Amino acid sequence: MSSAPSTALPAGEGLVAPAPSFSLAELGDDFRRGIWQENGVFKQMLGLCPALAVTTTAVNGLAMGLATLAVMIASSSSVSLFRNLIPANVRIPAFIVMIATFVTVVDLSMNAFAHELHKTLGLFIPLIVVNCIVLGRADAFASKRPLARAIADSVGVGVGFTLALVALGGVRELLGFGSLFGLSIFGASYPPFLIFVLPPGAFIALGLMLAAANHYGATAAKKVGN
Amino acid sequence: MAGELALIAVSAIFVNNFVLARFLGICPFLGVSRKIESAIGMTMAVLFVMTVASVVTWLLERLILVPFDLQYLRTITYILVIASLVQLVEMVVQKTSPVLYQALGIFLPLITTNCAILGVAILVRQKSYGFLETLTFSLAAGVGFGLALVLLAGLRESLALARIPRAFQGNAIVLVSAGILSLAFMGFSGLVRG
Repeated sequence: MSSAPSTALPAGEGLVAPAPSFSLAELGDDFRRGIWQENGVFKQMLGLCPALAVTTTAVNGLAMGLATLAVMIASSSSVSLFRNLIPANVRIPAFIVMIATFVTVVDLSMNAFAHELHKTLGLFIPLIVVNCIVLGRADAFASKRPLARAIADSVGVGVGFTLALVALGGVRELLGFGSLFGLSIFGASYPPFLIFVLPPGAFIALGLMLAAANHYGATAAKKVGN
Repeated sequence: MAGELALIAVSAIFVNNFVLARFLGICPFLGVSRKIESAIGMTMAVLFVMTVASVVTWLLERLILVPFDLQYLRTITYILVIASLVQLVEMVVQKTSPVLYQALGIFLPLITTNCAILGVAILVRQKSYGFLETLTFSLAAGVGFGLALVLLAGLRESLALARIPRAFQGNAIVLVSAGILSLAFMGFSGLVRG
């Protein structure tokens, strides 16, 4: 949780000084950082349970990512709004109750309006409560920042998480079924590489993608060095 | 009855292993599997909290949530039970057995966000298990979690000495190893139906 820069506001300042203490450039930075530099799945290895479990197809990954994004925006904004009212030593239970409330809202709404998806994602919708990324951003970032910055950060991290899930789901669907978002890519003659949609494939696919990212990162760093 | 309970146990430990087939508790699975000792410590803490939490949530579900028609508060209730249990266990262990506290201490706070615990509580409710089935299922889930954790820790202790291609160093090789472990566990599928 030490990833937050040391610009934490002293307690109570938000109440005294309502004037916005941030610029648009700062908001842009908060948003961009979450996409790749502090990507939960690829960089910090957080939130891996849903990332591995539901990404059998790109669509499932997208749905899970969007559900998490919605919970993140709601919980980060309310944590930021209430940040001066919550005593520091009970902050974690307070944050968890807030997150659980929004997860319940998302859970019930998905059950009502997207019933099929809700059935596929099943257990992992209520489990957004214990997604370390959501609690981590609430505690490390939103609890110390004004509303606008908390929203920018949660949107950035949430979109980064969604992109990671879509990427992982896309790779697994492409290799496992030969299709992407349900559209056939390799044609009917493609022999399905079933292991990638089974549980072991999730670990292996993410491991290979991490290795590819490491390789790309190392090559890019070498170019900068020259 | 005993046969049914045995089936539940074998299914939760091997066939639908919580970590390798259901993807619950991946964070501690990757986080504390560097050494076998810490893997065993984590397993003990999880086993205890998981069993108590699923029994307590089972009772709450039967005695309060269903009779008063409050099922929509389920997620909030469950996570509060787990968070306070973890706190309670931490305090009790610290007072009664400083040695055990030293061994488990650092793992206890991590357990609140272990999705295997909340996952077991929710699964028990979805499968509408009775009391003994709940107890068996949660114990077996903890044992299955521990088995996967200790196996991976063993693999990682050997990996630490191996020469690994640069791109795979760090978490990439651990994930691929976990994948192969999961592949091995797929050999158990078909052993028990459901």
